[in-house]
Amino acid sequence: MRVMAQMGMVMNLDKCIGCHTCSVTCKQAWTNRAGTEYVWFNNVETRPGQGYPRRYEDQETWRGGWTLTSRGNLKLKAGGRVQKLLGIFASPVQPKLADYYEPWTYDYQTLVEAPLGDDFPVARPKSLITGENTKVTWSANWDDNLGGTSQLGHLDPLVEKVRRQSEDKIRFELEQTFMFYLPRICEHCLNPSCMASCPSGAIYKREEDGIVLVDQDRCRGWRQCITGCPYKKIYFNHKSGKAEKCTFCYPRIEVGLPTVCSETCVGRLRYLGLFLYDADRVTAAAATPDEGDLYEAQLDLMLDPNDPEVVAAARRDGIPDDWMDAARRSPVYALAKKYRVALPLHPEYRTMPMVWYVPPLSPVVDLLASQGHDAESRDVLFGAIEALRIPVEYLAELFTAGRADIVTGVLRKLAAMRAYMRDVSLGRDGDPSIPAAVGLDEETLYEMYRLMAIAKYDDRYVIPTAHVERAHELEELGCSLDYDEGPGMYESGPFGEASGRPAPVAVETFNALKQRQTTDSATSSEELRGRVNLLNWDGNGTPPGLFPGNERGNERGTDRGTEREVAP
Amino acid sequence: MSTFLWGVLPYLCIASLVGGTIWRYRYDKFGWTTRSSQLYESRLLRIGSPLFHFGILLVFVGHVGGLVIPEAWTEAVGVSEGLYHFNALLFGGLAGVCTLVGILILVYRRRRTGPVFMATTKNDKLMYVFLVAAIVLGLWTTLVSVGAGSEAHNYRETVSPWFRSVFLLQPDVAAMEEAPIQFHVHAIVGMLLFALWPFTRLVHAFTAPLHYLFRPYIVYRSRDARGTGSRASRPGWSGVGTSDRERR
Ligand code: HEM
Ligand code: SF4
Ligand code: SF4
Repeated sequence: MRVMAQMGMVMNLDKCIGCHTCSVTCKQAWTNRAGTEYVWFNNVETRPGQGYPRRYEDQETWRGGWTLTSRGNLKLKAGGRVQKLLGIFASPVQPKLADYYEPWTYDYQTLVEAPLGDDFPVARPKSLITGENTKVTWSANWDDNLGGTSQLGHLDPLVEKVRRQSEDKIRFELEQTFMFYLPRICEHCLNPSCMASCPSGAIYKREEDGIVLVDQDRCRGWRQCITGCPYKKIYFNHKSGKAEKCTFCYPRIEVGLPTVCSETCVGRLRYLGLFLYDADRVTAAAATPDEGDLYEAQLDLMLDPNDPEVVAAARRDGIPDDWMDAARRSPVYALAKKYRVALPLHPEYRTMPMVWYVPPLSPVVDLLASQGHDAESRDVLFGAIEALRIPVEYLAELFTAGRADIVTGVLRKLAAMRAYMRDVSLGRDGDPSIPAAVGLDEETLYEMYRLMAIAKYDDRYVIPTAHVERAHELEELGCSLDYDEGPGMYESGPFGEASGRPAPVAVETFNALKQRQTTDSATSSEELRGRVNLLNWDGNGTPPGLFPGNERGNERGTDRGTEREVAP
Repeated sequence: MSTFLWGVLPYLCIASLVGGTIWRYRYDKFGWTTRSSQLYESRLLRIGSPLFHFGILLVFVGHVGGLVIPEAWTEAVGVSEGLYHFNALLFGGLAGVCTLVGILILVYRRRRTGPVFMATTKNDKLMYVFLVAAIVLGLWTTLVSVGAGSEAHNYRETVSPWFRSVFLLQPDVAAMEEAPIQFHVHAIVGMLLFALWPFTRLVHAFTAPLHYLFRPYIVYRSRDARGTGSRASRPGWSGVGTSDRERR
C-alpha cells in the first residue's frame, strides 16, 4: 500500500441552476487571453445535450481514454506508443475548431463611429480567428436549457445509447422531457490518459495533492493529450502552441482557498476536500474487466483515514498530520464513500476521475410535481424512481457505465433524505423506517442532510494548506516578491507572439491588487497591457483606453489625480 | 572567397546552430513548440505534413549516409560506386520528391487558409524560404546527376571529404572547390538554414519525443522538485502575447 493524497471535488447536481457563474469567473481568472478564447476550463452543459466540445463523449470517434487489450491490460484507446509516434506529424483524431466553436467579438467601434443616418448602426460579429465578419452558428452553450433539442437532441451520444438499449424513446416534448445541468472541469484523474498520451512527458500529477498540470516549458505542442483526454478537458492554446488545462486553482488551494469555480458557485454545490488512495492499486483497478464494476473498484481505492493501518501507512509515506486531519473531515470522502451518494463521471473511460457528482433527483421530482403528485412523500418518490426508467438510465450512462441499480440506490437515498426531513422540519417525529429503507440510520441521514442541504462554508471546503516549512518553495509566493519587472512587456518576440517565458500566474493579480490598495489614483492601463478590464477597474477616474481616441489619436478622457499627461 | 565559403562560413553556422540552440533552450523554453495549426485546418495538413516529415527524415538519413560514411567503407563491404549511386539517386530522389510535394502542400495551405495565414509570422516566412530553397536545390543536384548518367559527379569524393574535414577542424577547401556549382549553392543554403534553425519553429525537431517509447505512462512530480508551473521570468525575452489578434 502506498498512500497518496488527492484533492477532490464533489458537485451536488440538484443544486445547479445553470447560471454559468463558475464558467465566467474561471474564464476571467485563467483563460481571458488571446489563444484561449474558446477554452473553458469550467463549462456547464445542459443534459441531455451534446456537451462541449460537441459529442465529446463519443469515444468511437474521439478515441479518448483507455481500453482493455484482449489480455486484459490497459491500452490507450488512441493506440500504443509506436502508433502514436507514427501519427504525430498530423494528429489523426483531433477536434477542429468547428467542434468547439469559432470565437468571436463584435465590432463595437461602428456603434460609436457610424455617421449620422437613417439606419441604426449595428455591431457585426467578427471572428477572433480570421478577423473577418462571421456568422455566429454555435458556441459553448448553444443547446443551453435544451435549446434546439427537439432538432438536435438525438445527437447526444448518451441519448443514442439509451435509445438503442430501451424500446422507450427519450422524448423531447415539453411534458415528458427531463433536464439537468452538468458543470465540468478537469477530473484530475488518478490514471490520466492525457498524461499517458503526452510524448514529451510534460503533463504530471503532483505528488502532494494529485493536481494534474501541464509543464508549459516542456510541452512541445504535439497535441496528443487532447486526443487522450476522454473529457476533452485539455485545450490547445493556438497562440502559444501549448496545451492548457484546468489547474484546480492550485495557487489558491495551496494557501487553503477554494477554487474560483467553487468559491463563486451560486448554488454552493461544490465540495472540496482530500481523498487518500492507494497508488499501488490504481492500474489494477482501472483494468477491472467489467465496466459496470469500475465504480466499485474506484471506490475501493479510497482509503479510510480513520483506519489505523491506513494512518500508519500514511505516516510512513510522508503525509503530514494536519493533512490526515483534513482527510478525516473531508466532505468529498464523506459523500463518495461514507454516504455513497457521489458518483464518478464516466468511469468507463478508466481514467479514475476525481471530480464526483451527486446525481440529480430533480428530473424525478419535477415530473412528479408537474403531474400534481406529492413529490416529498417517500412512497411516491420511491415508486417514481422505479417507474421513470429513462432519466435513471440516462444518469447511469453518465455516472456508472450503465449500472442503473447503483443510480437508483443513490436516488433513493436522496429521496429518503427529502421525505425524512420534511417530517422533521414540520415539527413531526422523523420516521425511522425511511432511513432504514435505504440502509442508513437516522443519525447518519441527518449528518448527510447537514452536509448536503445546510452545507456550511467550512463544511464544504476542507483544504489543508501547503506546508509552512515548504512555503518558500511555493513559487507563487516567492516569485511575486522577487519578480522585478512585473508584467507589462507583452510585445511579440521574434519567434512569434507567444515566445518567451510565461508571466507567473499570480503576479498580475498580486501587482494589480497592491497597486489598487496602495494608491488612490486610477489603475493605470500599463498593468492591463493597454486593455481596460472592466472587472479590474476600480471606478477611479478614466483609465486610458477606456474610450477610443479621437481623430488626432489622443485618448479621450483625463486621468484625475495622476501625473500622466492630460490630453489637450 | 572559397576560403570564406568553405573554411569560415561552416564554423559561423555551427556556432549559430549550437550557441543559438543553447541560448534558446535557456531563455525561451516556452516558445519551443511545433506551433501546430491543425486546429485551424486539418484536411490538407493530414496529407502534406506526414508526406513532408517522412520525406525529410529519409532525406536526413540519406545525407548522413552520403556525407559521413567514407566511400572506402561502403566499398569495403562490397557496394560499388555505381550501385551506391543508383540507390542514392532512386531513394534520395523519391524521398526528395515526397518532401517537395509535402512542403508545397504545406506552403499552399499556409497561404490559402485564412486562419493559418494569419498565424504565420515573418519568422515562418523566412524559414520557409530557406527550407524550400534547400529542398529544391537538393533535388536539382539529383536531377543534374540523373541527367549525366554514369558521367555524374561523384560528390563522395568532393563534398563528403570536405564535410568531414570541417568537423576535424581542418577544412579541405580544395576538395569542395572541385564540386560543381549546384552542390555549392545547395551547401550554402543548407548551412544558412542550419544557422537559422534555432531561431525558428524548426527547433521542434530537436525535441523529437523518442523517450516516449520508454517512459512510464503516469508521471508524478513533487511540488518542490523544482517548483511547479510558473517561476520568475528571466529577463532577456518577452512574455506571452496576450493582446487579441489584430483585427482588420
Ligand atoms: C523528427 C521529428 C519531428 C517531429 C515529431 C515533427 C512534428 C511536427 C508537428 C507535430 C508539426 C505540427 C503540424 C501541425 O499540426 O500544424 C510539425 C510542423 C512542422 N515541421 Fe516538424 N517534426 C519533426 C521534424 C521536422 C524536421 C526535421 C523539419 C524540417 C527540416 C520539420 C519541419 C516542420 C515544418 C516546416 C512544420 C510546419 C508545417 C506547417 O504547419 O506549415 N519538422 N512538425
Ligand atoms: S480529465 Fe483531466 S486529468 Fe483526466 S484525462 Fe482529462 S485532462 Fe487528464
Ligand atoms: S455557478 Fe454553481 S449553480 Fe451556477 S452553473 Fe456553476 S455550478 Fe451551477
